[in-house]
Amino acid sequence: MAEALLSLAGVHTHIGRYHILQGVDMAVPEGRLTMLLGRNGAGKTTTLKTIIGLCKASQGTLRFAGEEIQARATPEISRLGIAYVPEDMGIFAGLTVKENMSLAARDGEIDDARLRWVFKLFPPMEKFWSLRAGFLSGGQKQMLAISRAVIEKRRLILIDEPTKGLAPAIIGALIEAFLELKRSGATILLVEQNFHMARSVGDGVFVMDDGRVVHAGAMAELAADEALQKRLLGLSLGAHQ
Amino acid sequence: MSIADPTVAPSPKRPFWGDDPWPFVVLAAVALLPLVAIKPTTWLVLTVAGLAMGMMIFIMASGLTLVFGLMGVINFGHGAFISLGAFLGATVLLRMGAWTGVDSIAMNLLAVVPAMVFAVAVTGALGWAFERAIIRPVYDNHLKQILVTIGGIIVAEQMIHVVWGPDQIALPRPTAFKGALGYGEIVFEKYRLLACVLGLAVFVGLHYMLNRTKLGLLIRAGVENGPMVEALGYRIRLLFVLVFVAGSALAGLGGVMWGLYQELITAGMGMEVMVLVFIVIIVGGLGSVGGCFMGAILVGLVANYTGYLAPKIALASNIGLMVAILMWRPQGLFPVIRQ
Repeated sequence: MAEALLSLAGVHTHIGRYHILQGVDMAVPEGRLTMLLGRNGAGKTTTLKTIIGLCKASQGTLRFAGEEIQARATPEISRLGIAYVPEDMGIFAGLTVKENMSLAARDGEIDDARLRWVFKLFPPMEKFWSLRAGFLSGGQKQMLAISRAVIEKRRLILIDEPTKGLAPAIIGALIEAFLELKRSGATILLVEQNFHMARSVGDGVFVMDDGRVVHAGAMAELAADEALQKRLLGLSLGAHQ
Repeated sequence: MSIADPTVAPSPKRPFWGDDPWPFVVLAAVALLPLVAIKPTTWLVLTVAGLAMGMMIFIMASGLTLVFGLMGVINFGHGAFISLGAFLGATVLLRMGAWTGVDSIAMNLLAVVPAMVFAVAVTGALGWAFERAIIRPVYDNHLKQILVTIGGIIVAEQMIHVVWGPDQIALPRPTAFKGALGYGEIVFEKYRLLACVLGLAVFVGLHYMLNRTKLGLLIRAGVENGPMVEALGYRIRLLFVLVFVAGSALAGLGGVMWGLYQELITAGMGMEVMVLVFIVIIVGGLGSVGGCFMGAILVGLVANYTGYLAPKIALASNIGLMVAILMWRPQGLFPVIRQ
């Protein structure tokens, strides 16, 4: 069992008067791709936002690489080595692909070898290097969002529903990219609704419902147990293949 | 293959109007249509006067549009920095009468430049204090922002009365900038030419900073999506303070320019010119420096053309311009793309 890089213990988060996270417990192991699944409104996006500090935990402990982070500001958490790809991708549409990527390189210089690796992962980024990001297609924007997250080596990458609204061919390309990221040893916490994607890339899985983690285990076990899928997610794997 | 190497992908040569030529078509139409009713020589004089007015409004408005774009802060107190800048500049200029009274551009500039530097430095520092004391407690609450910043400008006006007295102060232009240069019927006021040069220099400087530096990249990104800039590890609040200080300093510089333009300064001059400033940033698109520049030129030109052709509607002409542009483009000429 790999050691937990990130752990959440009894985390509660309120957004306005709404109590969204109601005691989330979770341990994300280092060097693995962990899936975070659940129905709409289960609290997956809020969990990622709470980890990166965009939503503040009202109770509980978040620990990253041994350090408590729940009281820290978002830039400080990010600088510990956490990258975040939000559900809306967070692309700066008025900036070029190059400028979007430059922002993620905090010392202003992108490592050449790393850039070549990213171009190999997502070839459209090389092709559209000087194009304003607002002109990219939905799939290309998602590629840019993920490229930006990995252009410098990060200890943990949080990704929120990368396949939302994308064509199957693009989803296939993203799956290949995630498998390559896994091979590079990256630690990823990936929120996803697409079970085919989850089954293809996930090592471990947490399933959330009503602001809590209701299942934790190996992705392969969940993928093999259709009754469990139906109970936890209200779906059958067959319908999503 | 390197990030510094633009040959990674071919970079198509973009025209100067970028992806959207229509605002430039409107500008050309506004500038050229009056030629139907005005003699070309008069039109040229009015156009330079309009550009000069636009440049001064741009200097005052550019900081405000970035402050709004970056943090969504509506700062009605911006006018206080314009008034303060004018009074601070006047304090220096009126003490250097021996330098401003001689007909020498060099001697006059030796008085005007320190006056501007003094006004910029003090209004910048006051901007920092204003952001900490007045703006910071009301982030994310537009109603409170409006109330406290209007309160701020009222307090600032009264403070000006306390320090400089309740009367308006005459601020004559330095001798070398009085009068006009001309050939036949074409006559350009010297001071207006100076205003054009200075406004253009501020625009070029801002444009360079926004498009060629990491700080500018962060500001442009922050205007689009502040939380994402934070998630990338940058402190957007610090960035905002820098922009607020720069915006206040530019307002101070604009105040000196406007004061010398009017040759008379009052504590309420900032509040009066804020109407034009708001029209400019709304017409240009909130948060867009390029839009602010074009909006300022449009406002300056329209004010001068209508002032000549139909003086009775001159006061309402810029409101009409704003209404027309907002009916065409509700988010202004160059809307900032936000997620």
